[in-house]
Amino acid sequence: MKLHPRYTQIGAISLLVIATLITLAILVFIIAFVLGRGLLYVNADFLFSNPEDMGRAGGIFPTLIGTIILPLLALLIATPLGVGTSIYLTEYTRESRVTRIIRFGADCLAGIPSIIFGLFGYIFFVTTLKMGWSIISGGLTLAFMILPTLIRTSEEAIKAVPNSYREVSFSLGATRWQTVRKVVLPNALPGIVTGIMLSVGRSIGETAAVIFTAGSSLKLPGSIFDSVRTMSVHFYVLAREGISNENAYATAAVLVISILSINLVSYWIMNRFIASKLK
Amino acid sequence: MKIFSEMAIRRVLTGIAFSAIAMLILIILFILKEGLPFIFQIGPGNFLLSSDWSPLNGKFGIFAMIVGSLWVTAGALFIGLPLGLAGAIFLAEFLPRWAMRIIKPTIELLAGIPSVVYGFIGVMVLAPIIRDSLGGPGLSIMAASIILGVMILPTILSISIDSIKAVPNSYREGSFALGATHWQTIHMAVLPAAKSGIIAGIILGLGRAIGETMAVIMVVGNAAKIPASVLDSARPLTANIALEMGYATGMHRQALFATGVVLLIIIMMLNFAANTAIKNMVKK
Repeated sequence: MKLHPRYTQIGAISLLVIATLITLAILVFIIAFVLGRGLLYVNADFLFSNPEDMGRAGGIFPTLIGTIILPLLALLIATPLGVGTSIYLTEYTRESRVTRIIRFGADCLAGIPSIIFGLFGYIFFVTTLKMGWSIISGGLTLAFMILPTLIRTSEEAIKAVPNSYREVSFSLGATRWQTVRKVVLPNALPGIVTGIMLSVGRSIGETAAVIFTAGSSLKLPGSIFDSVRTMSVHFYVLAREGISNENAYATAAVLVISILSINLVSYWIMNRFIASKLK
Repeated sequence: MKIFSEMAIRRVLTGIAFSAIAMLILIILFILKEGLPFIFQIGPGNFLLSSDWSPLNGKFGIFAMIVGSLWVTAGALFIGLPLGLAGAIFLAEFLPRWAMRIIKPTIELLAGIPSVVYGFIGVMVLAPIIRDSLGGPGLSIMAASIILGVMILPTILSISIDSIKAVPNSYREGSFALGATHWQTIHMAVLPAAKSGIIAGIILGLGRAIGETMAVIMVVGNAAKIPASVLDSARPLTANIALEMGYATGMHRQALFATGVVLLIIIMMLNFAANTAIKNMVKK
């Protein structure tokens, strides 16, 4: 028996709707679950006091510092490289075998799993370069990890700047670099900032690459050569070793809120950027 | 003077542009340098095809881990692919533009949630449900597959949406003009045209599932033996590295880097495959 096309259509569409609803339900559940269980325990005291007894009691202040300083260091290193690469790819060269190789390299780098970054960071920065488990080892490893995102998003942003802007600048006698610096970059800035925010989000959530390079010391770091523990690593240790479910939920809630707000802000900037370009 | 500095800037930018490829080469070199000698020392056959992993007795066979990785990745695809593809078709074909502009970023937020949080939810919610309703230890291939399936959803979904949206409208109009229903149009005209993009999305999702570490460690149970069923515990390659890296020394540590080499080779092959699929998409 062959069904009438109209019935297969109704059946197919209902399945599609169900699948979409399941996906959305999972998202809502994850966020509601973490925030529902965790937010109860989050207060100023939790955020700004030191952990006691391996994190069984007390707060998460040192991990908060770690979570801010590691991505910051990674950005400091990776942003010039990422933006520079995208300027080169869009403004200084044509599509050629060289640009294809560069793009392929960035794509491959983006596909490498974080545990491999962790292994590499451990053997290269921690052991070979003798930096030890430290903020600098972790920051450099994260910089390697976020570079492809930065290249990709800055390139999109720079490509979105209309060519007429460049032509006007050239016709006024500006050199290529003057055009890039005074015309292209200011107009591409919101898009570049979006890429930076997304990279920060990814760095904050990263665990495998960080735990083997920055270590997991719960002390406040004194310099960038000290070990530090990020919130993600702290959460992993609390949850995996069953140290404290309460504090694990609370840390997870802080983690999820920080990442969601970073991502929301970057979407907002991106949307405004696209809207202004469409005008 | 001006021309001189322009030249200098061009040089600097050209140098910077090679940073990504330089990093990639550096990573590959160092992982190979630590792992390859070990593989040749104990023999690729002994390393890849033996499932006896007891580092304290000098036994380093990762066959069980390769099987473990394949199980959880296949399981993740089994969960993530139908949901992702169906969601993508629905969002791209049936929703108005404004609704998609809200729902697509919302689903992409799923990708921003850290893997440790997924793992934790697997431990607290999923594993007990599986243990109570289906038996077994709970921390199992099935739990890992479901968690990974959800984690690769955004990748599959987002790339599939883009490739479905990239199919020219004339395809749909032609099909409608022949009297096809919307669903017939989708599965006979739109999906075949969007195929290579969707395949690229699936391959990238696969790469993410094979490479995922922290979420998997938390929910998969980590027993270093060949699993008998999906309710059994397993230890994927990534878990093997992360679990023992903290205390491994000497041969043992080299064995973990060698595990990394195997992982890296699998990922590189997937990257090449995805790249080829994307190229095919562009050609059309």
